[in-house]
Amino acid sequence: MSPLLEIRDLHVSVDHHEILKGIDLKVNAGEVHSIMGPNGSGKSTLAQVLARRDTYEVTSGEVLFNGKDLLAMKPEEAAWEGVFMAFQYPVEIPGISNVYFLRSALNAMRKARGLDEMSAMDFLPMYREKLNLLEMDDKLMNRSVNEGFSGGEKKRNEILQMAVLEPSLAILDETDSGLDIDALRIVAKGVNAMRSAERAMVVVTHYQRLLTYIVPDYVHVLMDGRIVRSGGPELALELEETGYGSIEASTSAA
Amino acid sequence: MITETQARQDYLECFIEFERLAAGRELPWLRHLRREAFARFCEVDFPTTHDEDWRFTPVSAIANTTFRLMQDEQPAVSPQQLMPWRMEGAGCQLVFLNGHFAPELSLLNQPMDGVKVASLANELDRNSNSVEKHLGRYLDQHRDSFSALNTAFMEDGAYVHIRRGVIVEEPICLLFVSTLDDASPIMSHPRNLILMDEDSQATFVEEYVSLGSGTAFCNAATELAAADNTVLSHYRIEREQAGTFNISTLRIQQARSANVASHSVLLGGALVRNNVHPVLAGEGGECLINGLFLGGDHQHIDNYMLVEHASPHCGSRQFYNGILDGHAHGVFHGRIIVHKDAQKTDAKQTNRNLLLSDDAQIDTKPQLEIHADDVKCTHGATIGQIDEEALFYLRSRGISEVSARNLLLRAFAGECIARMKDGPVRKHVESLVNQHVLHLAHALAAGSTNGSEDERAEDAAPRL
Repeated sequence: MSPLLEIRDLHVSVDHHEILKGIDLKVNAGEVHSIMGPNGSGKSTLAQVLARRDTYEVTSGEVLFNGKDLLAMKPEEAAWEGVFMAFQYPVEIPGISNVYFLRSALNAMRKARGLDEMSAMDFLPMYREKLNLLEMDDKLMNRSVNEGFSGGEKKRNEILQMAVLEPSLAILDETDSGLDIDALRIVAKGVNAMRSAERAMVVVTHYQRLLTYIVPDYVHVLMDGRIVRSGGPELALELEETGYGSIEASTSAA
Repeated sequence: MITETQARQDYLECFIEFERLAAGRELPWLRHLRREAFARFCEVDFPTTHDEDWRFTPVSAIANTTFRLMQDEQPAVSPQQLMPWRMEGAGCQLVFLNGHFAPELSLLNQPMDGVKVASLANELDRNSNSVEKHLGRYLDQHRDSFSALNTAFMEDGAYVHIRRGVIVEEPICLLFVSTLDDASPIMSHPRNLILMDEDSQATFVEEYVSLGSGTAFCNAATELAAADNTVLSHYRIEREQAGTFNISTLRIQQARSANVASHSVLLGGALVRNNVHPVLAGEGGECLINGLFLGGDHQHIDNYMLVEHASPHCGSRQFYNGILDGHAHGVFHGRIIVHKDAQKTDAKQTNRNLLLSDDAQIDTKPQLEIHADDVKCTHGATIGQIDEEALFYLRSRGISEVSARNLLLRAFAGECIARMKDGPVRKHVESLVNQHVLHLAHALAAGSTNGSEDERAEDAAPRL
């Protein structure tokens, strides 16, 4: 079986400054991978490149998604293909309500996949159900996208969108940062409810804390633009005890 | 009173001919009003950019063109040609062709008790008392040369009188059609007089459009007197073609507790000047001045707001949003004057602008003159671009670039539409603005590196 996502020797620069210095990663459907690393290691860059943000320059390497060239896709095309990124800093969009935005998004996807658009009548019950899953107030749906939301509400709104859009690859970019434990549990519950044999997840995080709630199949440590170690969930626990410093020391010694 | 050395020869000849034929030419008061205004126009001439109120708007294109006045004959226009400008839900639609009432093109519904909607020229011929009492009383023809010019050539337009306590549910629509002609450009000076007696309520729509190609000059003025406790909405919709010059002045006189909303939606025209001048003359008046201007190519759209607080306990709110693309140049001039006795004034002004291209330009200028000491006046202006973060966010959720730009522009324009009361006019405006914005979004996406042509049909999903 070919992997859902395959990253081969990916090099990425911003303003001629190399951030990712050769990333190799394979993610199969049904797997949850965690990418951990200190600040500035390139975690968010990797997430954003996969979501097709154009402020990054891919200097070499390739990324295959479902066997297709992901790097040739526009952000919306990647989304149609099944890629979803939960933003580290979700954007506030005044004047567009959550419900309108999300139904537009879902219908844009459905249309791109040759499906009929979903009517408001069919959409609303489904939307409400997902709101409940994430313990969000119904009132939020008619408010502008993320406008005036607390940090926790914004992150839950990301997972809500993921739950509605049902991607085949979900990339969570530091979804746990800044969350209190209650919000973290709710977010994790939403994410775990989405785990399935057809779906893969890449959980980018700075802290091990999230991984006690979302237990990954694989953990990769990203430092200075390279994956320096890969292992099972136990690697996250090791990091929790020893910190990134020990890995840095062991890799530079090797 | 008028000498040839003072007057511009072309306008003088025009005026002499006009006076000979004009409706109400026998009325001494009217003759006096017109002549005085013409003298004033000759004295001040067209403004230049040295004039502070016209600093950002050169009108030499108007001043250097010779326009002719269409008095007797009018080009043939069929009702079919007006089909695109009919408004669903209108109570009536009076059509004015180059400033003259065209009954055969107008849609006049059953007259309603206490509501008079007629041609001003007819009223002048009848010499009704209320016309003499109000016409020319509010417009500042002394200060403003376009107002003087309009008054000199005023003859036709709408005359509306709503009696005490009458509530008019359906909008009263006035459609001003300019016929364009390159060889011999036409000018028109429509003049509207709207009188609302105590406790009455109504909605008015002035819509400016043009037929054919070439140029024209439409210099319109509306005097609107709102008596005690009236509630009214006034819409001005500019949709003329790219060659037209449109100067339009709305002068509102608000009595005690009158509640006025002025909405301007400016989409067309080459050179547009939108003057809105309410005077809150009685206690407890409320005034909302709401506007949206969308410019592209080389359009020049100048909004000149003059809000005069002349009585205590009045509130005014100005909100103007501009979206400018291409080489368009927008101006927002928001002047608030609080007179000495207008204590407890609460005045607010906000101008927000989106510039979509490097060559688009906006000049925004607040100007507060406060002569009272217990007032609240605030103003603010912003100028920005489409938020790239928001654009990426929408696209990352599967919304195409065109649709994402469309959504963001619509949201920005929607702030102004949200201030309009639900009803047929708002619907009408919304559909016009949505069409315009979608067109802009396509142009932007085609211009950007990621632009694609294959998503034309994908207008965003219907409203929830």
